[in-house]
Amino acid sequence: MNETTPYILLSALLFSIGAVSVLTRRNAIMIFMSVELMLNAANLAFVAFAKQWGQLDGQLFVFFVMTVAAAEVAVGLALIVAIFRAKKGTDVDDLSVMKN
Amino acid sequence: MQTLILLPILIPLAGMLVNAAFGGRIGGRAAGLIATVAVAASFGISVVLFAQVAATPARAIGADFGPWIRVSELNVPYGFRVDALSATMMLIITGIGGLIHLYSIGYMKGDPRTPRFFVYLNLFVASMLTLVMADSFLLMFVGWELVGLCSYLLIGFWFTDIKNAEAGRKAFVVNRIGDVAFVLGLLLIFFTFGSLSYGEVFEKAEAMKGAAAGVLTVITLLLFVGAAGKSAQLPLFVWLPDAMAGPTPVSALIHAATMVTAGIYMLIRSNVLLEHAPIAMQVIAIVGALTAFVAGYAALTQWDIKKVLAYSTISQLGFMVAGVGVGAFVASQFHLLTHAFFKALLFLAAGSVIHGMEHRAHETGQHGADPQDMRNMGGLRAKMPLTTLTFILGGLALAGIPPLAGFWSKDEIIAAAAKDNPIAFALLGLTAVFTAFYVGRQIFLVFFGKPRSADAEHAVESAPTMTIPLIALAVFAVLGGLINLPKGFPGEAWLGDWLAPVVGKEPHEPLNLALAGVFVALAVAAIAGAVGLYRRFASADSVDPLTRLGPLYAVSSRKWYLDEIYRAVIIKPFYMGASFLARIFELGGIDGIVNGAGRLATEMSETLRELQTGFARTYGLVMLMGAVAILVYFLVSGTAR
Repeated sequence: MNETTPYILLSALLFSIGAVSVLTRRNAIMIFMSVELMLNAANLAFVAFAKQWGQLDGQLFVFFVMTVAAAEVAVGLALIVAIFRAKKGTDVDDLSVMKN
Repeated sequence: MQTLILLPILIPLAGMLVNAAFGGRIGGRAAGLIATVAVAASFGISVVLFAQVAATPARAIGADFGPWIRVSELNVPYGFRVDALSATMMLIITGIGGLIHLYSIGYMKGDPRTPRFFVYLNLFVASMLTLVMADSFLLMFVGWELVGLCSYLLIGFWFTDIKNAEAGRKAFVVNRIGDVAFVLGLLLIFFTFGSLSYGEVFEKAEAMKGAAAGVLTVITLLLFVGAAGKSAQLPLFVWLPDAMAGPTPVSALIHAATMVTAGIYMLIRSNVLLEHAPIAMQVIAIVGALTAFVAGYAALTQWDIKKVLAYSTISQLGFMVAGVGVGAFVASQFHLLTHAFFKALLFLAAGSVIHGMEHRAHETGQHGADPQDMRNMGGLRAKMPLTTLTFILGGLALAGIPPLAGFWSKDEIIAAAAKDNPIAFALLGLTAVFTAFYVGRQIFLVFFGKPRSADAEHAVESAPTMTIPLIALAVFAVLGGLINLPKGFPGEAWLGDWLAPVVGKEPHEPLNLALAGVFVALAVAAIAGAVGLYRRFASADSVDPLTRLGPLYAVSSRKWYLDEIYRAVIIKPFYMGASFLARIFELGGIDGIVNGAGRLATEMSETLRELQTGFARTYGLVMLMGAVAILVYFLVSGTAR
């Protein structure tokens, strides 16, 4: 039990909350926010390990993740707006037209 | 001198490009003038080259313009050569070609597509010159194919009538058969001699002497099949009568004077190979004589003024081929030359007649009778005196009446056949009589008697652009025989001496008086017989007096049923085979495989799609479970450390 452990526990907790939310929520916006939660849980783990090993690689990687997340937000929100216009709602279970 | 050799080809080519680019803007008459001037310039340079050849001891000048094809052992340069034979051909092509260009200005007047006509005509002259000036079999083949293309384009020039387009296609397809054999011959030449240049091939063939007799027989027979396609010999001549669908100047230039003689030129050019292949020579002699006979017989009963001349052309080409077959190369080239004069003349005069017959329909806007059907003609002598005179001179030259050009050349071939090949001699002799008969029949039906239609009554003489070439050609048709008179005449056998460097020295023969006398007497009798028979042919719906011959008449008028035989033996089985492949092989076999592959993929995916729910959350859960499973695996196995 070193000083990194609490960070990793918090990261694991946040990731699990995010994962369960993604799987159980039906509102696309809530799913979207949960994905962000999972991404940031991963970021926390990166930073914690970077501190433990005294290396900058992990912190550098976080910047990339944040950039990708920003891009993902832009595309994702646009998709959600398009879905809302087409379906008058954002329930992901309505998006099963490919199956019959 | 180097570039001078190329000029005869380049000038018509330039004329073609100018007309192709600006022809539509400058109009038909100007395009015609440009084209005619280009060919005339080409003729002028040909004369200069002819003089240069005559002044050179070797009787040949040549030039290479860099390499063309170089692949391992195959090395073909852009080599051109002017020797006694090609110089003679060049004068025929550009000289007669120039006159026909001039004639076309008048003949094509009023046709909106005249510029395009002259583009094709100039391209033809350039291609034909390439054919005769090439220094290798391969370059000759380039010209050979190009003239075939021009022939196709010009036969189908009035392609809005489907019949003309079909005639062009027929000519093209039938020629392909000969061309395949020609290409095989070229390949065999290359494999045997390792070269395609005339000089090397002939040198090696001479050196091999008898050792290569077998392969030389195959080579020459293959070349002959090629020649049979281009020069309309049995069994490939069926395209030439249909080729008359083209404008009449085209028939005169391409299908009488020049292109169809390309096969003869090629055989004469290959005389070194032929001399070592006696069996092939026999075959060539018999096929030529048989063609002469078959076509001459078919010409007896045709009604279309151009069809008579077309069959006559095939028949005369048969004479030339038979001449090659009996080893009389000079006589063959001589006949090629005189035939070019008088047959071009006959075609152009026939075109003038057709123009005259169409005059009334053009003036009154009424629909006239068929302007090419000799039954509708008669009595044109009074309306078209110049055309009549020149046509009669050309006709008598064709019939072999002395001292006109055709007499000397035809007699030389018959005399050579008499010595060498009795079967060919008999066939050619009989054909000579047929020739005189159909000439007499044609001249009498067209120009004498009383007009048998309103069109004939109102016919008028053609314009000077058309009659001047007629007069010029008539002069040659009368005097052309002078260039190769038999032994004992002043200036004897000039052509024979001139061609000696190419075909070898042939002995000068004196005129065989008995033979010539018999044939002249027979020809006169045949003409008189024709006149006597057709004197009673009074109206357009009269019956041909020859129908009394019964089946013999039918065979002639139906052209030996050759088209019908080809339809039954080749075209029908071909269609049946194609339809079998289309329905059974294509639809059942190939389409079956393609459709089967598609169906297989569809059916397999039908099974797999049962696994899909369509809910994104299900997929997310499965992904998570997968990730967890992988994580657990690594933790348990301990490799994650």
